[in-house]
Amino acid sequence: MDWGALHTILGGVNKHSTSIGKIWLTVLFIFRIMILVVAAERVWGDEQDDFVCNTLQPGCRNVCYDHFFPISHIRLWALQLIFVSTPALLVAMHVAYRRHEKKRQFRKGDQKCEYKDIEEIRKQRFRIEGSLWWTYTSSIFFRLVFEAVFMYAFYFMYDGFRMPRLMKCNAWPCPNTVDCFVSRPTEKTVFTIFMIAVSSICILLNVAELCYLLAKFFLRRSKKAGNSKQQPNHENKEETKQNEMNELISDSCQNTVIGFSS
Amino acid sequence: MSWAFLRDLLSGVNKYSTGIGRIWVAVVFMFRLLVYVTAAENIWKHEHDEFECNIKQPGCQNVCFDHFFPVSHIRLWALQLIMVSTPSLLVVFHVAYRENREKQHNQELYRNPGKIDGGLLYTYLISLMLKTGLEIVFLVLFYKLYNGFKIPHLVKCDIKPCPNTVDCYISKPTEKMIFLYFLVATSCLCIVLNLSELSYLIFKYSIKCYLKRHMNKQQ
Repeated sequence: MDWGALHTILGGVNKHSTSIGKIWLTVLFIFRIMILVVAAERVWGDEQDDFVCNTLQPGCRNVCYDHFFPISHIRLWALQLIFVSTPALLVAMHVAYRRHEKKRQFRKGDQKCEYKDIEEIRKQRFRIEGSLWWTYTSSIFFRLVFEAVFMYAFYFMYDGFRMPRLMKCNAWPCPNTVDCFVSRPTEKTVFTIFMIAVSSICILLNVAELCYLLAKFFLRRSKKAGNSKQQPNHENKEETKQNEMNELISDSCQNTVIGFSS
Repeated sequence: MSWAFLRDLLSGVNKYSTGIGRIWVAVVFMFRLLVYVTAAENIWKHEHDEFECNIKQPGCQNVCFDHFFPVSHIRLWALQLIMVSTPSLLVVFHVAYRENREKQHNQELYRNPGKIDGGLLYTYLISLMLKTGLEIVFLVLFYKLYNGFKIPHLVKCDIKPCPNTVDCYISKPTEKMIFLYFLVATSCLCIVLNLSELSYLIFKYSIKCYLKRHMNKQQ
């Protein structure tokens, strides 16, 4: 069980996503998860071992490290990626539920069901409309919220996105104030800025997808409203035609009757 | 043999679960298993090496660490994940037993061997109760072993061979505490899901039973 399993789970959702959703998924896997696993984890790998304080006092290093890094960057990113990927499961569950209903209809032999066999139902791609639209839009909204919350948590916990080289620590049992040095601060700053940048790109993609879905929704609504307005005009035209025909028939009848009577 | 085995096992169980059961599987995968493997395991990786005591006496550090961490948090977490996933196997075995029976008798004994009715309903309910029970047992174990869910950054140790009382410092106590709370929260969420699934099934099948009896009376 690792990030590969997440890829399998989310890959299924990809089929039912919009194009922007597919781009988001690609960015997530290539620029965030892969970078995290392949590069970032190595950079932060020796973070406590190489965190050195200018004191021989036992315990001072542990306490200072714990004070300045309540939760490591790497763990925060892992949690962020897990939380941000979870809303997609809502869509996966909704699609699975729809498929289950269609399979039930098919098994009952419902004539309304237009599928020839179960394999077709399994492979079918559902359009994002109706209740699926609401599920999909809520999943994007939650994604946005989680991204924003984690970015803010990051900024709040580490006073910005820079990793300082030197930290001054005076937590007990350190005697007086002690200089502590972080390992690889520049490399960590570079990766932090990279991950924040990709996070922002993902936020933009989510906002764009949300706007696209809303625009689609309103367009569809206005089309429906437009269609329902046109139909009464058609009916009026047909009615007037019918009325004219009725008048012609009644006139010709009267003429015939008058003709007979005379 | 790794966590992938557990993942495959749970995917197999998913087929015979109710909707709430599927949500439970998703919560276990995403918020417990995945978090454990990708984040939590690394925090506790070097816990013994990074446990430091203010003393040069050989053996004192080892003895103190062993006294304060009889079973490491991370191992308890792993055991909890395994124990809590295992009762679902009862359902898988029962369905396999049903399918086997059908093969032996060479006829359709059940409308659908995977449907939760009859004996399978009782097996499913028992598995839910076991899951909930095990979750609660592990939470109580965590609480009792470590005096609550807090991890102090300093522990005072005076076991032989440590001369007098010695200060020992635990590594990354805040990070460990955050993940411990996360574990407790997800555990509680799973307990709530199991209890709601239990009530839903009991309610559904009592109504069914009642309606059947009512119709029989009318006839």
